[in-house]
Amino acid sequence: MTVILGQMFTGISIGAVLLLIALGLSLTFGQMNVINMAHGEFIMAGAYTTYVLQKSISSAGISLIVALPVAFLVSGALGALLEWLLIRRLYLRPLDTLLVTWGVSLMLQQLARDIFGAPNVQTRAPDVLTGHITVIGGDDPLTFANNRLFILGLAIAAVVALSLTLRLTPLGRRIRAVVQNRDLAEVSGISTGRVDRTAFFIGSGLAGVAGVALTLVGPIGPTMGTNVIIDAFLVIVVGGIGQLKGSVIVAFVLGVLQSVLEYSTTVSVAKVLVLVAIVAFLQWRPQGLYTLRTRSLV
Amino acid sequence: MTTTTPVATKPKQLTGVKGRFAATRTAAGFAAGAVVLFAVAPLALSDFRLGLLAKYLCTAMVAVGICLAWGRGGLLTLGQGVFFGLGGYAMAMHLKIADAGPGQVPDFMQLYGTASELPWWWRPFANPGFALAATVLLPMAVAAILGSFIFRRRVKGAYFAILSQALAAAFAIWLIGQQATTGGTNGLTDIQGFFGYDLNDPVNQRMVYFVIAAALLLLIALARQLIHSRYGELLVAVRDSEERVRFLGYNPANVKLVAYVVAAGMAGLAGALFVPAVGIISPALIGIVPSIELVIGAAVGGRASLVGAVLGAVGVAWAKTALSEEFPAAWTYFQGLLFIVALAFLPGGLASLVGIVRRRRSNQALAGDAA
Repeated sequence: MTVILGQMFTGISIGAVLLLIALGLSLTFGQMNVINMAHGEFIMAGAYTTYVLQKSISSAGISLIVALPVAFLVSGALGALLEWLLIRRLYLRPLDTLLVTWGVSLMLQQLARDIFGAPNVQTRAPDVLTGHITVIGGDDPLTFANNRLFILGLAIAAVVALSLTLRLTPLGRRIRAVVQNRDLAEVSGISTGRVDRTAFFIGSGLAGVAGVALTLVGPIGPTMGTNVIIDAFLVIVVGGIGQLKGSVIVAFVLGVLQSVLEYSTTVSVAKVLVLVAIVAFLQWRPQGLYTLRTRSLV
Repeated sequence: MTTTTPVATKPKQLTGVKGRFAATRTAAGFAAGAVVLFAVAPLALSDFRLGLLAKYLCTAMVAVGICLAWGRGGLLTLGQGVFFGLGGYAMAMHLKIADAGPGQVPDFMQLYGTASELPWWWRPFANPGFALAATVLLPMAVAAILGSFIFRRRVKGAYFAILSQALAAAFAIWLIGQQATTGGTNGLTDIQGFFGYDLNDPVNQRMVYFVIAAALLLLIALARQLIHSRYGELLVAVRDSEERVRFLGYNPANVKLVAYVVAAGMAGLAGALFVPAVGIISPALIGIVPSIELVIGAAVGGRASLVGAVLGAVGVAWAKTALSEEFPAAWTYFQGLLFIVALAFLPGGLASLVGIVRRRRSNQALAGDAA
């Protein structure tokens, strides 16, 4: 019984990581239709920010708390810069954004290699997060790792913050207006260019936050972005492009599926089986779990 | 989400004198290509450089397929590494079995001591005919199954690109996981013979080069035929406006499927010939990164132009070797920059420069006439 519960928790914590790395994409890819392959490198930027802050702040706990907003700003600034330099020229060619940003991601990876060296580095987790909570004691204990619980909390907080921003603030209203009808929004006096850049700033900033979280569960290295980016894109595609709730559900379902399959087979076979499940699912719902209903034929 | 590429790619159906001129020009182009590949390159290059060129020509063969599927059909396939790998592994499995000799298992299996006899799915590859057919038919079959699922449900654009990319990742991860039967991360290495010829002999290496050059010319001819056929017109039409083609009574899914399957077969053949040229096939050659790199060459040269895609693939692969030997770190910056500039500012690739220059010149001539 505790084995099953333990696997469930592992699955949910994988899902929380997936959700965090996919959340920023749900804004830049889902809402703005830009396939940003450099998103993984923004995650990496967040992780290295954490590393640098820990070098300068001795207390691991404080450096982690400081890292969250700083990583958001660093990655967000990178994202806004990318939008201004390249992406705004490419809004009508979404597939080309994929390839152009791949070029950007190559350069950012090399930059990380030149600054921090090719080998992976590691941060120290604060003492609070290294332990675990015992949920069921006894001979067959069930424990939840604290760092995993922290990431779960962070993921929930980020989703709530993003969804409230989109729903309630004037900025969110403008973003939704631009997504739904760019021309009409422009005519209503919304500066669509500025909204695009702000949305990109927020989406990329969330990648930075995900990077901070990833330092708690793994090493930091130049290729860490490439390792997670595909999973993040799959979450968005299966959840339905532009659908926040779809991404949330799918991230946790895929996390649990991955964890269950890993338990009964091997890690590599589990990856393949998850992909098969995704292709099969898209047969049933080609537009993802939730679809934006439109009359457009495209 | 349709992407309209602002590149003029409609094949010109010329008749009369102009048509005969175009046909002559194509024939002349082929002849020139053949002379360069079969006479100039073997004479001018050392054995080592010729071996490298053979490797680049394999990437060019994949680029021919990418030109067809992406440039003409708008299917950005980021998973060509999968088909390249299927062809490569099919060939390498046969060559490993042949190297091991009758009744023996390949060296890496002996090393791990995991298999005293061949796994069941290796056995058919002992037959050279089966292995050769499999190098092309296996990737085509996989593409057909996958494509029919994907295209029938109208999964397209970004969805298709991301799925094909995930496929490349999953395939590489799976191969790495099956250490005992696929060689894991190392892949299938140290291939000695090629259907009875010793690959360590430079003469036989040259023979492999000639086979690759001939195969490339064949694939270009095949792709050209397809592009200039009725089917080629239909493919471009599907790319530019899928719904209109559907309203005209065609099934766009089938049109796209053909391009995808043909491109997969071309990548498979390229992978198969890559193995004797380089002597190795491994997951590192077929994952996400190499799959995207295969697209880079075609994109930089010009996705919609066969000549552009082929020359781009060879040129980028050559530049990678030359520059990464000299400046290992700087190459990556240059590669990224090349990609950004080519795609963001010159969407038709270098091939479109020819058209731009030609148009500007004719405009100048017109202006001169008017003055």
